[in-house]
Amino acid sequence: MAELKKEDLLKAYRTMKEIRDFEERVHKEFATGKIPGFVHLYAGEEAVATGVCMHLTDEDRITSTHRGHGHCIAKGVDIIGMMAEIYGKKTGSCCGKGGSMHIADLEKGMLGANGIVGAGGPLGCGAALAAKFKGKGGVAVVFFGDGASNQGTILESMNLANIWNLPVIFLAENNGYAESTGVKYNVPTPNIADRAAGFNMPGVTVDGNDFFAVYEAANEAIKRAREGGGPTLLECKTNRFYGHFEGDAMTYKAPGEVKRQREECDCLKIFAAKATASGLVTAAELEAIDKEVAALIDEAVEKALAAPTPTEADLLTDVYVSY
Amino acid sequence: MSRKISFKDAINEALSLEMGRDNSVIVMGLDNAGGRGTDGQQDAWGGVLGVTKGLYGKYGDRVIDTPISESSYIGAAVGAAACGMRPVVEMMFSDFFGVCFDQMMNQAAKFRYMFGGKAVTPVTMRTCYGGGFRAAAQHSQVLYSVFSHIPGLKVVVPSTPYDAKGLLIQCIRDNDPVIFMEHKVLYAMKGEVPEESYTIPFGQANVVREGKDATIVAIGWMVHKALQAAQSLAKAGIECEVIDPRTVSPLDYATIIKSVEKTGRLVIVDESNPRCSMASDISGVVAQDAFKALKGPIQMVTAPHTPSPFSGALEDLYLPSPAKIEAAVKATM
Repeated sequence: MAELKKEDLLKAYRTMKEIRDFEERVHKEFATGKIPGFVHLYAGEEAVATGVCMHLTDEDRITSTHRGHGHCIAKGVDIIGMMAEIYGKKTGSCCGKGGSMHIADLEKGMLGANGIVGAGGPLGCGAALAAKFKGKGGVAVVFFGDGASNQGTILESMNLANIWNLPVIFLAENNGYAESTGVKYNVPTPNIADRAAGFNMPGVTVDGNDFFAVYEAANEAIKRAREGGGPTLLECKTNRFYGHFEGDAMTYKAPGEVKRQREECDCLKIFAAKATASGLVTAAELEAIDKEVAALIDEAVEKALAAPTPTEADLLTDVYVSY
Repeated sequence: MSRKISFKDAINEALSLEMGRDNSVIVMGLDNAGGRGTDGQQDAWGGVLGVTKGLYGKYGDRVIDTPISESSYIGAAVGAAACGMRPVVEMMFSDFFGVCFDQMMNQAAKFRYMFGGKAVTPVTMRTCYGGGFRAAAQHSQVLYSVFSHIPGLKVVVPSTPYDAKGLLIQCIRDNDPVIFMEHKVLYAMKGEVPEESYTIPFGQANVVREGKDATIVAIGWMVHKALQAAQSLAKAGIECEVIDPRTVSPLDYATIIKSVEKTGRLVIVDESNPRCSMASDISGVVAQDAFKALKGPIQMVTAPHTPSPFSGALEDLYLPSPAKIEAAVKATM
């Protein structure tokens, strides 16, 4: 923890808390029936997005997944806009045209949540290729899950990134489930990172519920990429508290599993304990952040509910730049 | 001062001119240079049919050989485009789109709309298509109608060297994802092509031959078959107007309708299989928007609903021919 200053610790906590509260609130609001479509919640995985994205600037790019709210918030996408987007409102990040699975902010280097499992692999390689041509040390991070780790696009991307020495980090978020089936069934090796050797790149596995472990491993991988050392496969083992999608009864999880994870594997609790033990931050400071974040999420929902819906004219716009 | 060069060389020239003009243009695909990672000749192939030969020598690192993993490198081209580059990525044969189409269909095509107008994805995908080479079922298809179906994609199908060069330059400068389709048989065809850069706008059909008795809309290689049929029909006193749409998405329906209003008769020559083809698309729009102008039913001349056969005897029966086009025109009379 030597390199993390007080302000970094507070920032990390705030980001994780924003993600957690955002997702818990979406879970609650979705159950009222007011949110259209599908949502896939990131609650439980906050340390991964936060620990990685704290090393990135707006010039660095990330590609994301259907479970993208956490990546968006960690990359600095506006929370008010995100909530409005999830409600399908005109003031949303994507003007209500994309929804939860397609939230993007290209100016922040967020190339979009994605409804196609594994699609971010090639796109991230493209972002890394562009960064390489630009020559300013930019990197790309491809977030993908244990489910996506078997998709051809991800395996092809790992190959491509290594033969071209691209500045890309393959960030495997192993939450143990590909929809309703377990990683033990879908992946034949103990770790997804075991595949790295097959592509001649470093493979690292860390406890994804420990922000500090993620932060340190991500730092090394991102530094390697910036300095022209090529790709890394960084696997973060974590857990998702909710289902694959909202409405998923999660009967494939063992009885008591989520309860145990919320008690023993909650990255926010683990962070708070370590951060306050270090003496750099106090519990009171963290509680102050809790209050501010709660107010921010309330504001986001209020504004989303009050915002206008897109009109008929909006249906036909922005298919092309020109046609 | 113009000279005759081949369709293939016209494409090469368009790429070279644009790469010289704009550093963000890169060319990538299987063997687009060739020889990468070997001890032999670099730029060994310049593309499987030699279309990109010589570019590596001029532009080096900006001409990139890719491994055989279409999803990853077509997707990388899309990602790079979304990040400010202008990649020209090749899908070696359009028949291969099955292994990689998500990156064009769900990603490139949809970014701008899904992201509320904030994405610009100027990727050009070049690909060869069509029969006549005895290349058999998996290397002979005509799939532009499938690509045209997708909102967010543009699809360009030149029929001459002049059009190929101007349209490809336009593709590279265009800010949307475009699929540029090159008929294999046309690669060797020679035509007059100016040395300088020029563009041809999308959505502007070319009236290749004027006539008052029947309208023939034809695409790609079929434009030349239609012209042969028109020449033969002229001897029988039937003057055909031949229209080459040049781009099938956007498609210049207005020029076709204007012609049908003049002639009252429409034949569409489309080398693709008949179901959900450009022929059926154009028929539907003309029947809806210009019904009163029609003196009789629209005729569609297409391949049959079969895969492309290998044996030359069968492929010659499979492909639309000038004789079939003539018969179709006469059937409208």
